[in-house]
Amino acid sequence: MIGFYTFMEGVIAFFLIAGGMFAFIGALGLTHLKDFYMRLHGPTKTSTLGVGCVLIASTCYFSLVQGGISVHELLITIFLFITAPVSAHLLAKSALHQKLPHDPRTQGHPKEFDEDEENPKPSERAGITPPP
Amino acid sequence: MLDVALWTSLALFAASVLLTLFRAIIGPSLPDRILALDTMYINSIGLIILFGIWINSNIYFEAALLIAMLGFISTVAVCKYLLRGDIIE
Repeated sequence: MIGFYTFMEGVIAFFLIAGGMFAFIGALGLTHLKDFYMRLHGPTKTSTLGVGCVLIASTCYFSLVQGGISVHELLITIFLFITAPVSAHLLAKSALHQKLPHDPRTQGHPKEFDEDEENPKPSERAGITPPP
Repeated sequence: MLDVALWTSLALFAASVLLTLFRAIIGPSLPDRILALDTMYINSIGLIILFGIWINSNIYFEAALLIAMLGFISTVAVCKYLLRGDIIE
């Protein structure tokens, strides 16, 4: 039967390693994926999850060391979980606004790529009726 | 056990900060660089929290909270500038 402090030390060590691995995998995705819309996928999920794991570990550690329950690290967690989708949405909107190139194997065609008022291409628009 | 886990996590976060710095330098477009800076401040929050665990004090918590708020606001401001050409209309 292991003691309570040894068990909590194992839990904290697990959350620390998991957070570091999540952050590293997110940074690898940011560096190695092909186009911007793929690169947006990695950091927005894994970085917040990695920092979330580290903050859970910090909460457990300071609750264990100082006695009582220390929950003020949860403020950063809640703030990051609220703001990360907002900033990812704005980044995707600005990338679509700038019409960044995407991988040709990407399926689907967002309508932001069609709105090309400056130099329309009638050969590509020939058989397409605009939506009402 | 906690020392080994703490050093491993610090090394992984430092490596991810270096990778995001690489993307911020070579990034072919502006949203790539903004995304790299966004990821970099999130990783720096993790580094500050890990440093607070290492020296066994939580006085660095306010610094991490300030970095979180100002990083989000700066990301939103630069994205609004790219979208509209103006921040406050």
